[in-house]
Amino acid sequence: MIEATGLTKHYGTTVAVDDLSFTVQAGRVTGFLGPNGAGKSTTMRMILGLDRPTRGKVLIDGKRYHELHRPLRTVGALLDAKWVHPNRSARAHLLWLARSNGIPARRVDEVLDLVGLTQVAKRRAGGFSLGMSQRLGIAGALLGDPRVLLFDEPVNGLDPEGIQWIRQFMHRLADQGRTVFVSSHLLSEMAQTAQELIVIGRGRLIAQTSTEQFIRDATEDAVRVRSPQLDRLRELLPGGARVTDGDGALLVHGLEPARIGELAALNGITLHELSPQRGSLEEAFIQLTKESVEYHAHE
Amino acid sequence: MTLLAVERIKLFTTRSPWWCMVLALGLSIGFTAIIAANSTEGAMPVVASAFTHQFGLMVIMVMAALAITTEYRFGTIKATFQAVPDRISPLVAKGVVVALLSAVVGLLVGFGSWGLSWLIVSDRSQLALESANDWRHVLGVSLVFAAGSLLALGVGTLVRQTAGAVSIILVFALLVENLVTLIPKIGDDIQKWLPFTVANKFVLGEADSSGLPEGAGPPVPGELSPWGSLAYFTAIALAFFVVSLVVAKRRDA
Repeated sequence: MIEATGLTKHYGTTVAVDDLSFTVQAGRVTGFLGPNGAGKSTTMRMILGLDRPTRGKVLIDGKRYHELHRPLRTVGALLDAKWVHPNRSARAHLLWLARSNGIPARRVDEVLDLVGLTQVAKRRAGGFSLGMSQRLGIAGALLGDPRVLLFDEPVNGLDPEGIQWIRQFMHRLADQGRTVFVSSHLLSEMAQTAQELIVIGRGRLIAQTSTEQFIRDATEDAVRVRSPQLDRLRELLPGGARVTDGDGALLVHGLEPARIGELAALNGITLHELSPQRGSLEEAFIQLTKESVEYHAHE
Repeated sequence: MTLLAVERIKLFTTRSPWWCMVLALGLSIGFTAIIAANSTEGAMPVVASAFTHQFGLMVIMVMAALAITTEYRFGTIKATFQAVPDRISPLVAKGVVVALLSAVVGLLVGFGSWGLSWLIVSDRSQLALESANDWRHVLGVSLVFAAGSLLALGVGTLVRQTAGAVSIILVFALLVENLVTLIPKIGDDIQKWLPFTVANKFVLGEADSSGLPEGAGPPVPGELSPWGSLAYFTAIALAFFVVSLVVAKRRDA
């Protein structure tokens, strides 16, 4: 379990993480969602004791990171797959990591096998493709058979097969009762991977909820209406409803389909279509984090 | 002990330390061979076989700086601090491993240069290791290499970039310490207290005059005795190393 309370990080005058509190439970895959620059990586670095919080603290199973004895046996992390010396072999990279935490060399071969890198274990890591580097990073995270796992944008730049593999892998880890905390800036990715979500924007907490709940709340329903008397219908809709034009149809937000049908019948308007629409996930996410995105493109 | 093994694995599983060691040995011993082969005026003294140790010292300091700057360059320092979050112990372990390795290379440079001279020169009368000073010329190289590597490691940890750290070390040791004498009046006095000049005094200073031709020998300035010079140089190296530990502990990785 990971508990952050009032976590804050300033870099000079920039506030990267602002009074962030959340809990990551064991046995679930928890997504850490936010636009680029929202403070996800900074938060993960603070969890691992790499960056010092300006204020607040974060505990792993009740302890600060630097209080953990042989921390790789408690927390495994993949923050950046490129954090490997390019001239060192994959096996040598894992070997020094293992040695530092009293993990037997036999375990190195086990994790290499687990991520499917046994064949290339002696090759220099600098020649690895992104997918292979990610696998090596995951092997490193798994070395100490840790109860808590952190992955920062693990599927970035991977092909669909690699994404699928990582996704299933994380679920397997969570099913074994481990705490799995994975960050992404893509809601669609998280929707398929995470059971719980912690959403941040500009370093602040926006939501902590189950993925299902988050999607339900975030996606605003709309009703698509087609009619030969579209203009008349538009005038009849109450002021509270938001109307947008779709090719030869109206999209009505904030009004039940039944209510629109009744309105039409009452005024003798013919309807050709009256269909509820689920809002798109990405759109919902953009809506939600719009105010907290750091860099906007000029429109 | 575990962390020493870790740092040993890290150092020897990349190629640059190997290249640096070969280069340090080759440059120092190679140039000594040239000196020995051209030593026709009288017998070659022991101290002359140590002149070229500075080539090796520069290369060894580059190796030491690389040992830490490549960790910052490739992010493995973060993995290191993740594995051992107190930060001080892995860095001290790295210091011990790098200093020991440098000492071994220094030993090879010292004895290699002397041994090759012994094989090359025709008049060996002044080349026997007889006095304490003779032994210092040969063995002292090892101690200066060890201290120099800690200094470079400290600078590398503070600067965190290979290009920056290597430039600082080489420009200071090779240019600043020599050009400082251009400052009128006080230049010479300043030079006497600069670290690499002092280190040089330890290895080459107070050579037995009997072995030196009239008026010859390296002009090594310095106020301290040879062993005092070593203490001074080591203290500066340790100071840089300790400051780098404190800074690395405090700042974000």
